[in-house]
Amino acid sequence: MIAAILSLTLLGAALGIILGVANKFLAVEGNPLVDELIAMMPGSNCGQCGFPGCSGAASAIADGSAAPTCCPPGGKTLAAAIAAKLGLTVDLSAMADDGPKIAVVAEELCIGCCRCSKVCPTDAIIGAAKQVHNVFREACTGCSSCVEKCPTEALVMKPVPVTLQHWVMPRPALA
Amino acid sequence: MGFMNLFKHFLADDWGVHPDDRKRPAADQPVRVMPVPARLYLPLQQHLGGPARAVVLVGQKVRKGELIAEAQGMVSAPIHAPTSGTIAAVTEITAPHPSGLTLPAIILDADGADEWCELYGCDDPFALAPAEVGLRVAAAGVVGLGGAAFPSAVKLNGAAKAKVTTLVINGGECEPYLSCDDRLMRDRAADIVDGIRIMLHATGAGVALVGIEDNKPEAIAAMQAAVAGCDTVQIRPVPARYPMGSEKQLIQVLTGHEVPADGRAFDVGVVVHNVGTALAVRAAIREGKPLIARLVTVNGNCAAAPGNIEVRVGTLAEEVIAFAGGLKGDGIGLARRVMGGPMMGLQIPHWRVPVVKGTSGILAFDTAEVAEQEPNPCIRCGSCVKACPMGLLPLEMSARIRNEAYGEAIDIGLKDCIACGCCAYVCPSKIPLVQYFVHAKGELAAQDRAKLRTEATKKLALQRQERLEREAREKAEAAARRKAEREAAAAAKAAASAAPASAGEVA
Amino acid sequence: MSEFILLLLSTALVNNVVLIKFLGLCPVMGVSKSVDSAFGMGLATTFVITLAAGASWMLDNWLLQPLGLGYLRILTFILVIAAVVQFTEMFIKKSSPGLYQSLGIYLPLITTNCAVLGVALLNVEQKFSLFKSLLYGFGSALGFTIVLLIFAGLRERVALARVPAAFAGAPVAFVTISLLALAFMGFSGLNV
Repeated sequence: MIAAILSLTLLGAALGIILGVANKFLAVEGNPLVDELIAMMPGSNCGQCGFPGCSGAASAIADGSAAPTCCPPGGKTLAAAIAAKLGLTVDLSAMADDGPKIAVVAEELCIGCCRCSKVCPTDAIIGAAKQVHNVFREACTGCSSCVEKCPTEALVMKPVPVTLQHWVMPRPALA
Repeated sequence: MGFMNLFKHFLADDWGVHPDDRKRPAADQPVRVMPVPARLYLPLQQHLGGPARAVVLVGQKVRKGELIAEAQGMVSAPIHAPTSGTIAAVTEITAPHPSGLTLPAIILDADGADEWCELYGCDDPFALAPAEVGLRVAAAGVVGLGGAAFPSAVKLNGAAKAKVTTLVINGGECEPYLSCDDRLMRDRAADIVDGIRIMLHATGAGVALVGIEDNKPEAIAAMQAAVAGCDTVQIRPVPARYPMGSEKQLIQVLTGHEVPADGRAFDVGVVVHNVGTALAVRAAIREGKPLIARLVTVNGNCAAAPGNIEVRVGTLAEEVIAFAGGLKGDGIGLARRVMGGPMMGLQIPHWRVPVVKGTSGILAFDTAEVAEQEPNPCIRCGSCVKACPMGLLPLEMSARIRNEAYGEAIDIGLKDCIACGCCAYVCPSKIPLVQYFVHAKGELAAQDRAKLRTEATKKLALQRQERLEREAREKAEAAARRKAEREAAAAAKAAASAAPASAGEVA
Repeated sequence: MSEFILLLLSTALVNNVVLIKFLGLCPVMGVSKSVDSAFGMGLATTFVITLAAGASWMLDNWLLQPLGLGYLRILTFILVIAAVVQFTEMFIKKSSPGLYQSLGIYLPLITTNCAVLGVALLNVEQKFSLFKSLLYGFGSALGFTIVLLIFAGLRERVALARVPAAFAGAPVAFVTISLLALAFMGFSGLNV
């Protein structure tokens, strides 16, 4: 009885000490994974994922507390890339992907207050005070942080218009 | 002759398909010239590359051959007025494209005079510098007339720079139903050979090989008669087989060189041009005429009078068909409208789309020709593997694409697919294989665009971050400077008020 | 020498730990969706099983048996295995972040892989020497890796096939692995 208690205690203590020492010698600074994820994210720190900036989201995704699909501006492309990196399988079809969206200014409603251009993470909104603003289509990430700031609801999110250059042949129906 | 060569030899004879060519009787009808319609619709993008930019105003009068849209960017082509008239609008029209989306276009109302602007031809093209020939061809808006509509001048100049040795002239016209190139070679063989010789001069290539499929004996005879006594242009009949007219296949058959997977024709010292392009180059150099008209084959079971028609670019397909004799039974039984060839052409949503520079055919198919069938499961017979001219595995690629595993599809050669449609043609289960590949390529291009976009916005976000920091820093510096100035002023004031007092003390 | 080769072959193929002994089925079902991750898992498991087989042999022969504590076997073995897995994890994290990343959550899961404990316990039962224990552990792990790789390859092919809805996913995977098990039964011959 005593031999059993003693040997188990000793064994546990010995293994614990070994692991403790090993942990000291084999400690790794930071998480290289998070840095790689940050490099993949849009980097606009729009906050739509609910984390403080892209680095916050990257560490949350890395430790598993957030899904790889949490980044709306990154869309399906980013989600698939992150999932491949982490070796996860994610259900991309569940992702609300009614296509990428961009902000559009309703010119008759805009009063030129400049509140939207101040919050835009990519400086995609053009316009001076008391002048009608406009969104530079190519630079808008569709983060929608400007939409809430607009006092006249002149900013709305609209799907990116499909042009001949963007059109993709639909996938054939399954046999 | 190693084992691999033997292996290749056995493989080489197998690719492609032999569809019923259905070129006659349309090919045997003489060319009809269609009068200029009342209104022409000229898309600003009729070529591969950047769209042209309109340089005319609404209401402006233009003469035939006048520049109405200029090229933008390295790979682009200008557009000229196909007839004299007034610019009615610059607006969006339905594109000759299966999506049915619109694209910007110039609408021109013809005045009926059809009066040329001044043309600057050249009597001795061989006295021109090769680069000058390229410039003139570029200015005339000549694009590849085989279907892809790649700006010809880019290829001519590139070929001169890449020091190609062989100019391959594509008279294959392997697509069934089409016969416009056949007709051109029969009727205008001498002019084509003249064009080829100008192209030889422009590219610096030593020899031109004209590949013509052996199902066009009249064209071969006409061309052979035209080259008699000219040893730099050789007529080479090739076996009729689809897709013989594809660049990589034709090069391999004519020169024996295989274009590498991620390479271009230049890499094996070859440049390929269509016979129609040779004619357009000749017109551009000898007569200074821009590309404003082309030969279009109207064919298909629904076409009442199939044949080849010379049409001004910008004419609506509807009017071309009406001129050609209309549709049988006013279009009852029409199952599919196609622009281009039946294998690689574009299905169009309705007839009110214009003929563009790359339109080789207008085809009206009935249900018997379309023969749409429900696809059945793949039985792994390997017919598609045998038919694929690029030596790919269509069944494996489509299975991966169906599972959205595009990366794996690329690993087994999706990027080498030329979308010729041989696989779908031979599939006994009627699986739309080529549609899968076109879809996947579009999807991959969209993903690439998304990636580029993310990178660009990331840069913007970084710049904004830097700007905000700089502004904050400048603000803080300015505040510190003001504070220092205030303090200095206060100190000076205190010193000034203290000075008289001390002076008084001394006194 | 031939004895050792026979031992290796019989543990890897004839008495395959997964398909004949039915040990370690959960990682085989769980980590067999792609050949790449299956390979990483196989390598890590090989390392752990071999090390655990040696460590548990030493523990059993030098501590438990002299003290007559055979009833503590499972308890102590699990302790040792958990420690080895923890050590492996730290080591891989330090030495090869890439492999660590690709193994992800599967690495700590090796602790609960019954093949590891099973091999350690079977070693004791067979009364092997230390070297033979190590060989037995390595052979079993090799068999585990082979099955994992073959099965992952099969599943990659099955994923491309159009399986009827009722069979899609896990059911068809079970059907596949049962067929694989039938094939492995062939190594032991037919005992009618």
